[in-house]
Amino acid sequence: MRLRCPICGSRDRREFYYQGAAVMLDRPAPDAGEAAWDDYLHLRENSAGDVDELWSHDGGCGAWLVVTRNVSTHEIKAVRLASDVKEASA
Amino acid sequence: MRLSGKGLIDRSQNLSFQFDGHTYRAHPGDTLASALLANDIHLVGRSFKYHRPRGILTAGSEEPNALVSVVRRRGAIDPNVRATVQEVYDGLTARSQNAWPSLSFDAMAINDLAAPFLGAGFYYKTFMWPRAFWEKLYEPVIRRAAGLGALSGERDEDPYEKAYAFCDLLVIGSGPAGLMAALTAAEAGADVILADEDHVMGGRLNAETHEVAGQASADWAADTIARLSKMDNVRLMPRTTVTGAYDQGTFGALERVTHHQNVPVDHACARETFWRIVAKRSVLAAGSIERPIAFQNNDRPGIMMASAVRTYLNRYGVAPGGAITLFANNDDAHRTAVDLQDAGADVVAVIDSRTDAKAQGDYRLIHGAQVCGASGRKALEAITVRTPKGEMAIKTDCLAVSGGWNPSVHLTCHMNGRPTWNSAIASFVPTPGAIPGMATVGACNGTFSTAACFAEGYAAAKDALKELGLTAPDMVLPDAEDSATRVSALWAVEGKGRAWLDFQNDVTVKDVKQAARENFRSVEHMKRYTTQGMATDQGKSSNVAALAVLADATGRGIPETGTTTFRPPYSPVALAALGAGAKGKGFAPERKTTSHAASTQDMDAPMIEAGLWYRPSYFPKSGERTWRQSCDREVGYVREAVGVCDVSTLGKIDIQGPDASKLLDFVYTNMFSTLKVGRVRYGLMLREDGNIMDDGTTARLGETHYVMTTTTAAAGPVMRHLEFVTQALHPEWDVRIMSVTEQWAQFAVAGPQSRALLNDLLDAPLAEGAFPFIACGPVQVHGIPARLFRISFSGEHAYELAVPSRYGDSLFRLLVARAEALGGGAYGMEALNVLRIEKGFITHSEIDGRVTAFDLGMERMISAKKDCIGKTMAARPGLVERDRQRFVGIKPVGEVKQLTAGAHIFLDGAFATAENSKGYITSVGYSPTLGHYVGLGFVEGGASREGEVMKMVDHLRGVEAQVEICDPVFFDPDGEKVRG
Amino acid sequence: MARLIAKSPLAGHGAKTVGSVTVEEVDLGALTSVAPFKGQDKACSDLMKAAHGMALPAPNRATGKEGARAIWFGRGMALLCGPEPDAKLASYAAVTDQSDAWTVVSVSGADTVEVLARMIPIDLRAATFKRGHTARTMIQHMTGSITRVGPDRFLIMVFRSMADTLMHDLETAMESIAARR
Repeated sequence: MRLRCPICGSRDRREFYYQGAAVMLDRPAPDAGEAAWDDYLHLRENSAGDVDELWSHDGGCGAWLVVTRNVSTHEIKAVRLASDVKEASA
Repeated sequence: MRLSGKGLIDRSQNLSFQFDGHTYRAHPGDTLASALLANDIHLVGRSFKYHRPRGILTAGSEEPNALVSVVRRRGAIDPNVRATVQEVYDGLTARSQNAWPSLSFDAMAINDLAAPFLGAGFYYKTFMWPRAFWEKLYEPVIRRAAGLGALSGERDEDPYEKAYAFCDLLVIGSGPAGLMAALTAAEAGADVILADEDHVMGGRLNAETHEVAGQASADWAADTIARLSKMDNVRLMPRTTVTGAYDQGTFGALERVTHHQNVPVDHACARETFWRIVAKRSVLAAGSIERPIAFQNNDRPGIMMASAVRTYLNRYGVAPGGAITLFANNDDAHRTAVDLQDAGADVVAVIDSRTDAKAQGDYRLIHGAQVCGASGRKALEAITVRTPKGEMAIKTDCLAVSGGWNPSVHLTCHMNGRPTWNSAIASFVPTPGAIPGMATVGACNGTFSTAACFAEGYAAAKDALKELGLTAPDMVLPDAEDSATRVSALWAVEGKGRAWLDFQNDVTVKDVKQAARENFRSVEHMKRYTTQGMATDQGKSSNVAALAVLADATGRGIPETGTTTFRPPYSPVALAALGAGAKGKGFAPERKTTSHAASTQDMDAPMIEAGLWYRPSYFPKSGERTWRQSCDREVGYVREAVGVCDVSTLGKIDIQGPDASKLLDFVYTNMFSTLKVGRVRYGLMLREDGNIMDDGTTARLGETHYVMTTTTAAAGPVMRHLEFVTQALHPEWDVRIMSVTEQWAQFAVAGPQSRALLNDLLDAPLAEGAFPFIACGPVQVHGIPARLFRISFSGEHAYELAVPSRYGDSLFRLLVARAEALGGGAYGMEALNVLRIEKGFITHSEIDGRVTAFDLGMERMISAKKDCIGKTMAARPGLVERDRQRFVGIKPVGEVKQLTAGAHIFLDGAFATAENSKGYITSVGYSPTLGHYVGLGFVEGGASREGEVMKMVDHLRGVEAQVEICDPVFFDPDGEKVRG
Repeated sequence: MARLIAKSPLAGHGAKTVGSVTVEEVDLGALTSVAPFKGQDKACSDLMKAAHGMALPAPNRATGKEGARAIWFGRGMALLCGPEPDAKLASYAAVTDQSDAWTVVSVSGADTVEVLARMIPIDLRAATFKRGHTARTMIQHMTGSITRVGPDRFLIMVFRSMADTLMHDLETAMESIAARR
């Protein structure tokens, strides 16, 4: 498996660390309530198609990435810098 | 028998090899199989289950029968080597397998007589009861009786390696289709890798007598390969099997680097290289595998595939028999008869199941007939032919069989693709698009004529080049054979007796039918019930026939019955190759501190691993017989005089920028924005779920400049966490983080004499009271800029002194020498551990990922004035309940004075069962300061149990002791020493 | 008076040649990580050009020349190699001394790419990884940096503590390739 890091280019999977769903970008406010925090931390869609995932290129440039991956076919639809995704949503 | 004048072997050179103790002759270019046949050896092994005599069935990597053990240098054994793949070298030693006392007389062949009882499902039905007998009796006996080759049991000392390769186009297979694809792409300037499992490239061009462009096909192949080998943009990889197709154009490939050489014992060259090839586009030209037809006793030595007979004849100049017969259901197989006759061999008869079959030469053709039996046990003697008029026997010592060809679709199925049934060739072909970026061409695509293979190879390369942005050259495709494929499916001949499908796992037509009868109708169930296709050849020659038999038995069509799943590797790969580069010192990097040489070479310290780091356990002195004696002495250094310890392995992270304080306030539970420049603060870091991630001290070096320390183990994860916070949660913050762990060699100088020691070294001595507890700042050591931190992990008056790493070795030696002069010395991890347990300081033994600040009694460290990672979830009701297992000290109070880490705590008098556990011990050490064991742990109710006598039970080590729960700070509870 | 003696990460390992490939420790001088603060990339680059003769490198590139180089060193960061950093840089960037943190070797000779293909999972072919190209990647199990500085010459950097492992892994690959020839 390979990921195209927006900074470094196409790299082998061994350079990357997998974190989990990119839901982690949207941290609730401290007073958002138990349900919001439970959603944020524990509840995942676990859908079979395209999923936004967080990966870290820690064997390379150190960038955190949002990878859109079809978890059924392993097709990589997009790789974006987490900082870009976060700033765009701000 | 070797024929004169034929083949691609070098007859000018003789090689000598051994098989089962006898010496034979071969020539360069021979495989072990061709050399054995040239020496008229047909019996080469015994089958897996029934110990049936077996010969050589094929001439390729699909071989199910001719498995041998090859003796390597140092006496190591390679089991299950296919004789059809192993090249002969001078001195090759091979042995037959699965036969005792000898290949010719095998005692276990008794199984063959018991065959009526040993069919599919026999083990499951027979060895069910009594239950306990399975593991103790049945399985060991069965294991001993069954099986293929055996490993030597010795460590594999040979070198293996992994490697990476990149290309525009990977071509898998170098037959006509693959060669043409590679040539086209290479001429266009693409970077091409051409891989083939064979040692001679060219595929079936080397095994046929056709002409290509007016040349012998093998000569045309050799010329084309020579042309490719001169091109800088082409990498030829012979002896390399592409074993798997993976995501985003990644392929696994095994190169057998020295299997064909008699290498010296100390040869450093890797024996095998496991390649990871990354290709922008790929062309699969893997060819196809001829399939047998099942009939009674079709596994006798001397019965071979028709194409294999042709290969042995044309490529190796070997006639595999004196009186050869042929049994086929297709036109292609007739070439074998023609080639044999041309070479002067005796073709007794050609039996073709098709009524409309036509002879292609001057030989006896029996059409509309089937071979229904074979006789002769260790060698074929005769076959029985069933014609519409009746049965007749024909004497023959070699029967060439062809049931048609199965395209090698394997790699196209590695990413969950399923092949498509093609009734024209009565087999499965790849489903287009099964592997992104891959085109399939030639025989693996169901395209069999040489001319059509060239055309497909060219077309696929042209398409790939277009996608690569390159232009295909105009090529004139060479003239070549272009006959139509004519085949009429025949899987198994009706009749009594056992007809073999899977030769390697001894699965017969009967077994598959029985599986269907017992309702294992799914092909995946049939496979597991009968073990069809589950041997090392993965049913390469037999799977399609087996599922055709299953389809017939269940009244379904073959496409509806479907195939089993093809998984990597295409052919077996040794674990040694997959694990290459990861054994011994290659397993993981060894991180060594700057004091490593002094500690190990000069001070004989045994090292312990801390993550990837190596740290001294203790520094033995002469006269000390146990580590405890050393440890007690080293604890004494720190408590009484001064100790020196390398603490460089702790993670150090440089944090700079206008928003540095914001970052620290957010990742730590407590405030850092309020920390004064020149001061250090202990911080607690949570995960977002409220549990503790790590702890450590952070120093403020300037208004916008901090240096954070992490525990040794968490340095990497904490760095990643900080990157996550600054990139993914707060990219708007202007802050930069950088690991400086390796820049600084840092030493703890701890004990009442620590200031005296430092004042010997510092250019500006520290005045009494001038550098108070938690102070930090720049200093100079013999003119070298350094950093000094007044922090303590021992509870003593202590410092940590950091210098640029180049001076680490020198400074360590100097500090130890000075400490010794003051009555102290170096201390290792054991003493460090005792010192911190005496003070109730935590490490990752305590903060194991399930522990909260509340559990540690540190809930007040979660600042109420700000948000931080983990704050919300740490307040969850379940994490702040009073009866959670909370941090306590533990000391022995009964007759047994020992404590052990990992032991559980029970009410005194309760049964020591899991449900009665009230807590557990995380860390223990013998405190020479206090004269007894001290322990830390977690007990329900925590501090509320202080003074209570409980029971510690360590089931693993068999230790039980009465203990008292106490305050975790055993020594200097008021912290007078650290500030003094 | 006692003094502190400096020791390089590979002190004790001389240059080693196996077959056509030579590995030797390199002293690049001062190593300084330069991570520009927000919006300061240009100012930082201009200052570097004025003070040290090379611009801030783009990702995957190295600027400057032997003796004074700037190697891209990860997201938003360059490693200034050679000169002591100009004091004014600290106004535009996080400036951190890394002179002692890295083991630096040069690997050179005809078979260098073949040797490194045993250790490094990136495409090092001359057409794709040219002189002046650099990458942060894995060197066997170690995170590190590789820069092509000549037709058959690369600079490789791993953490100081891993110096012995780097040499072990390089020598193993060098011996295997030499024995293949």
